[in-house]
Amino acid sequence: MMGEETSAASRRMTLNMGPQHPSTHGVLRLMVELDGETIMKADCEIGYLHTGIEKQCEQKTYQQAVTLTDRVDYLCPLSNNLCYCLAVERLLGLEIPPLAQWMRVMLSELTRLNSHLVWLGSHALDVGAMTVFLYCFREREDILRIFEMFSGQRMMTSYFRIGGLALEPPRGWQAAVKKFIEAFPGNVDEYEDLLTRNPIWIRRTRGVGRASLEHMLDLGVTGPMLRAAGLAWDIRKTEPYSGYQRFDFEVPTRTEGDVYARYQVRVEEMRQSARIVQQALEGMPSGPYTADAPHVVLPDREKMKTQMEALIYHFKIVTEGFRVPPGEVYQVIESPRGEMGYYLVSDGSAKPYRVHIHGPSFGNVQALPIMVEGQIIADVVATLGSMDFVLGDVDR
Amino acid sequence: MLPDELMGFPAAAALENWDPSVIVEGRFDHEELTLWIAPQKIVEVCRFLKEQGRFTRLSGVTAVDWFPADPQFEVVYHLHSLERNQRLRLKCRLEGNSAEIDSVTGVWRSANWYEREVFDLFGVVFRQHPNLRRILLPENWVGHPLRKDYPVHGYKYSYGEPGGG
Repeated sequence: MMGEETSAASRRMTLNMGPQHPSTHGVLRLMVELDGETIMKADCEIGYLHTGIEKQCEQKTYQQAVTLTDRVDYLCPLSNNLCYCLAVERLLGLEIPPLAQWMRVMLSELTRLNSHLVWLGSHALDVGAMTVFLYCFREREDILRIFEMFSGQRMMTSYFRIGGLALEPPRGWQAAVKKFIEAFPGNVDEYEDLLTRNPIWIRRTRGVGRASLEHMLDLGVTGPMLRAAGLAWDIRKTEPYSGYQRFDFEVPTRTEGDVYARYQVRVEEMRQSARIVQQALEGMPSGPYTADAPHVVLPDREKMKTQMEALIYHFKIVTEGFRVPPGEVYQVIESPRGEMGYYLVSDGSAKPYRVHIHGPSFGNVQALPIMVEGQIIADVVATLGSMDFVLGDVDR
Repeated sequence: MLPDELMGFPAAAALENWDPSVIVEGRFDHEELTLWIAPQKIVEVCRFLKEQGRFTRLSGVTAVDWFPADPQFEVVYHLHSLERNQRLRLKCRLEGNSAEIDSVTGVWRSANWYEREVFDLFGVVFRQHPNLRRILLPENWVGHPLRKDYPVHGYKYSYGEPGGG
C-alpha cells in the first residue's frame, strides 16, 4: 500500500507553463502536476501585468480616468469606457442623448466582434488551424480602421466620454460600417466552413474543458462560458443599459459546456452582434452627441472662442475637472468575456475616491483548475483558448 | 436597525426578521440597495442570503479606505441573484489600521481570489481563508498600495523608510 503511493508520487512531475508561454495569451503562470500526460493538479499565478490602474484612477479627474479604462481589457477598450462612463453618469444623473446611446451600442458591438475575432483566431491557431487566424485578423483590421475613423485611434480609443462621445461621428461613417457589416455574416460562414465540421477541430474540442454550471457559478465564471453550459444569462437582456432594450437579438446557448460549445456560442454571438450593428446603423437617430451639461461636457470649439461663458466652463473643466455628488454605484455591463463591473465611490470632489474594476477574466481564470484537472496536457491549450481571458483584465 | 422605508425589499426584510441585530444601517440610492452588516455576523448573513435569498452569485469583494477616519476600512460585497435578477451590496465597517474579518470562502468559493486581492491591496486580513497570500503583487512587496496613505509612485523614489514616507 505504502509502496504503491510512493511510486505513484515519484512518477509525478511538476510542469511550469508560463509566464512566457504562447498559449497563455499574455503572462499567466500555470503550474500543473502531471502523472504521465494526465493533469492531477493545476494552479495558476497571476499579477504579472498588474499596473495599479485602480490607484492611478484616484489621482486623475473623472474625465481623465477614461483613458486608463482602455488599458484594462485591451481587446475591448470601448466596453471598459462604456462601463466607467455609465457609472459616472449615474452618479451625476446625466441624461445621454439618443444618438450617443445608439452610437455606444453600435461601437460596443463592433468591439465585441473585434474581441471575438482575436479569440477565434488565436484559439484556432493554438489548436493548429492557422488559416482561421489570418481570416479573423483580416476582418479585425477593418474594425480597427472604423475605430480609427471615429476616434483617431485603433485600439486605445477613449471614444466614449462622460456625457456622450468624444468627437462628432466622422463624415462617411455610415458607408464604412455598412460595407463591413454587410460582408460580415459571409465572413463568419467562412470561419465556420473551416472549423465547425472539421474533424480535427471537433476531436480537439468536443468533451474537453468541461465544468458543471454549479461549479462555474460558485467560482465566479460569467459570460459565454456559462451560456455554453446552458444558462441564458446576458446582462444586455437582464439589466439593459445604454438602450439595449430597443434592439432585437437573441442570447445563444448550448448545453454541453465544453470547448466546442463555447466556440459555437461565441460564433453565434458574432452573428447576433452583427444584427445589432445593422439595426443601429439603420435606425441611428440624429441630434446632439453629448449631453446638455455645460459643467461636464467641453463646449463646442467655436463657442469657446466666441462666448465668455463657454470659455469659463472650458477653463474650469480643463483645469480642475467637475465635481461629482457623493455616492456610490456598481455598474455592470456584458463585456465580450462576461460580467464587467465598475464600482465607483465619490466623495464629492473632482477625482474618483475609489474605482474598483471587476473584470470578467478575473473570475473566469479562477475556475481554470477545475476545467483542466483530470485532462491530458495537450487539452490545456485548447481549454485556455476557449476561456478567452485577457491578462490585462485579470491583473489591472 | 433597518430603516422602515427599506422593509419593502424582500431580501432586507427577510434578513431583519431572521436576526434584527445584523443590519447596522441601510440605504437605497441610485437604484441600489446597500446594507451595513455587523462584521462578526458576515458569514452567517452571507449563508442566509445565499440559501434563503437565492443570492447564488458573489459578483465581487472589494474595500474602501476612509483614512484617516475610523472605522478606516469598509469591506464591500456585491451579491447577485440570477433567479430574481437582483443585486445587493453588503458593507462591513472595520475598525483600526490592521482590520480583520471572517472569510466568506465557505459560502462562495469565488471569494477566494476576491479576498486575496483585498488582502493584497488593502491589507485587510480574512480569517479562516484557505490560502491568504498576495495575489497581484510579489510575495516580498512591502505595504498595501490601495491604502490612502500609500504614495501613488510607491516608495521607489523616496529616501525614507518604507511606510515612513
